[in-house]
Amino acid sequence: MDVSSTTDTHPTPVTTSTSADPDTLVQLLDPQGRRLDHPRYAGWAAHLDDDAVRGLYRDMVLTRRFDAEATSLQRQGELGLWPPSLGQEAAQVGSGRALAAQDFVFPSYREHGVALTRGLDVRALLRVFRGIEHGGWDPKAHNFHLYSFVIGSHALHATGYAMGVQRDGDVGTGEPDRDRAVVVYVGDGATSQGDVHEAMVFAAVTNAPVVFVCQNNQWAISVPTAGQARVPLSRRGDGVGIPSVRVDGNDVLATYAVTAEALDRARSGGGPTFIEAYTYRMGAHTTSDDPTRYRTREEEESWRQRDPIDRVRAYLGRAGRADAEFFAAVEAEAEELGRSTREYCRALTASPATAMFESVYAARHPLVEEERAAFEAYQASFAEPTRDDELHAPVSDARAAVAL
Amino acid sequence: MRRDPKVLLMGEDIGPLGGVFRVTDGLHREFGPQRVVDTPLAESGIIGTAVGLAMAGYRPVCEIQFDGFIFPGFDQITTQLAKLTYRSGGRVPMPVVIRVPYGGGIGAIEHHSESPEALFAHTAGLRVISPAAPADAFTMIQQAIASPDPVLFFEPKARYWDKAEVDVEAPVDLSEEAVSTGLHAARVVRPGTDVTLAGYGPTVKTLLAAADAAEQEGHSLEVIDLRSISPLDVATVAASVRRTGRLVVAHEAPVFFGAGAELAARIGEQCFYDLEAPVLRVGGFHMPYPASVHEEEYLPGLDRVLDAVDRSLAH
Ligand SMILES: Cc1ncc(C[n+]2csc(CCOP(=O)(O)OP(=O)(O)O)c2C)c(N)n1
Repeated sequence: MDVSSTTDTHPTPVTTSTSADPDTLVQLLDPQGRRLDHPRYAGWAAHLDDDAVRGLYRDMVLTRRFDAEATSLQRQGELGLWPPSLGQEAAQVGSGRALAAQDFVFPSYREHGVALTRGLDVRALLRVFRGIEHGGWDPKAHNFHLYSFVIGSHALHATGYAMGVQRDGDVGTGEPDRDRAVVVYVGDGATSQGDVHEAMVFAAVTNAPVVFVCQNNQWAISVPTAGQARVPLSRRGDGVGIPSVRVDGNDVLATYAVTAEALDRARSGGGPTFIEAYTYRMGAHTTSDDPTRYRTREEEESWRQRDPIDRVRAYLGRAGRADAEFFAAVEAEAEELGRSTREYCRALTASPATAMFESVYAARHPLVEEERAAFEAYQASFAEPTRDDELHAPVSDARAAVAL
Repeated sequence: MRRDPKVLLMGEDIGPLGGVFRVTDGLHREFGPQRVVDTPLAESGIIGTAVGLAMAGYRPVCEIQFDGFIFPGFDQITTQLAKLTYRSGGRVPMPVVIRVPYGGGIGAIEHHSESPEALFAHTAGLRVISPAAPADAFTMIQQAIASPDPVLFFEPKARYWDKAEVDVEAPVDLSEEAVSTGLHAARVVRPGTDVTLAGYGPTVKTLLAAADAAEQEGHSLEVIDLRSISPLDVATVAASVRRTGRLVVAHEAPVFFGAGAELAARIGEQCFYDLEAPVLRVGGFHMPYPASVHEEEYLPGLDRVLDAVDRSLAH
């Protein structure tokens, strides 16, 4: 284990900002499950009654169960790869539940919990990771764009979309069903990309209704956040004039509140916000990654103490806000989601190979038609299985070391 | 790296993790964080700072994690790295190597199986090479680092698991002559008399398998590993075509405007009277790299190569 050299490369940032200290993050629910006051943000979560908190709890449990199922499906060879969301449920569900139906989301590739809050059938996410399709769902059906695998690229798309919303006049009308905002999810590593910086510059100068949610899960594969920034990431916003906030990303009420405030500002014409949700990726980066190579068990254990689901359970359980029946019902629902996920995944089969020629262009294209015709003629020339099988290296070997 | 203290590696996750393919495994421990640099997650940053480091006398070897992620760095490569030597009238050499795991066949998701080599071959000022076998990878990377020019070093990721004996003690010729001319020399890896097959990187193994299969059907195929895409060793291929009269070029990248098109055109010019059949190309289709469920059909596999051989022989 080479943790010391990781530290060599990325010295802990020296900063005078007290906000670098996780204890001063915006928090509305402490790790023991006690609800806290906050002068600015408590009001944004004040209307969340027991029923609403039980809903957030349910979303998080379902997200975790779905994610665990997908992880095991990958282990069983049913998926090529899976990026687990374990540990980030509060950052995703809290921010996702703050959205209105007409808001539009640009996810990265780990936002399974956000997908769930959008009402997307999360099982459709598996189509990408089973290698059936590059997308697998209609972005417009739930205002949830396709996953983006080129780090940070979608931050510009979100900003451009928000500029479109602005031009449509759907900002600052005061009509609650009309005003819209756009949310983009990026990781801490992504903040180093030019695209993300450029998106923030465009958002700031155009006052676009876009909210940047950076889930700082402490690691970009093997590189700690200190390898991307010497100051809290939220300070990136200051440099371009975007109001920014750091929130305890393992606190579902706090992430809800800060996102709700940011969305309200965006929808009412107040422009962009940068949210740093301070959280932790409990699992591997993807199922191809080996976190023991770059981080310690102790670090993981210390974050386990701050589990986002445990604290809501403690909150609900303590004052009898939820009874055993409720917890059992959520458990049963999660089990059912796991079972149907397994079933759905195994039933996903390949489309005919000619499907790959579809949608290359929106309009007719002679070259694609020519190649498709040649391919079909070639395929038709086979009476028996092909000779290719002998040559292909065992895919499992190749996959062993492939990261996302 | 032991020989030249000016050589340094830069890339994402190449340090303690050893890279996602573990190509740099152990180097961080031996050479430390100043020479094996885990960079921030920014490809334009990696290439752009490598340009500056090269100006300061260093020899950066950049790793791009996957083929599909070279594009955030494309601007720096094509508008800056490729042109500085020319713009400076030769006063500013750019000894930068960019290692790119590329190609398909590993069942990966989107952006993880691309073959962008033609985009770089089309750009003057860059050398574009791709080894097909372990021993060649070992010598070519050293020659690439020794080169005073920027080299795009495309590593066929589907061949990372191939094993062969490599004599790591044998001296590698790093003379100017070896680097400037030897690095781009194609190699006949299997002699034959009926049809010439030419390819590079991941497809060479496919071509050799095709030659094996064809032998059982009574055809003798000559296989050429081009090794370099830019410059292209047309002379070696032309010499072969003059004997066989036939050429099939294969690569994973799309056929349209691909490396095979350049080779076909040049062989057409130089071997017009020797050719018994038109030069045929086998490769990817004009589409984004498909979802992995279709990659077997997309890639120029054994059958598609043999089909082209049959078509060539039918002339
Ligand atoms: C442009 C680009 N470069 C490299 C990669 C390979 N890659 C995939 S995920 C990742 C780390 C991302 O870290 P972060 O932005 O913190 O997001 P997280 O995965 O932690 O949510 C890297 C380097 C990529 N997908 N895109």
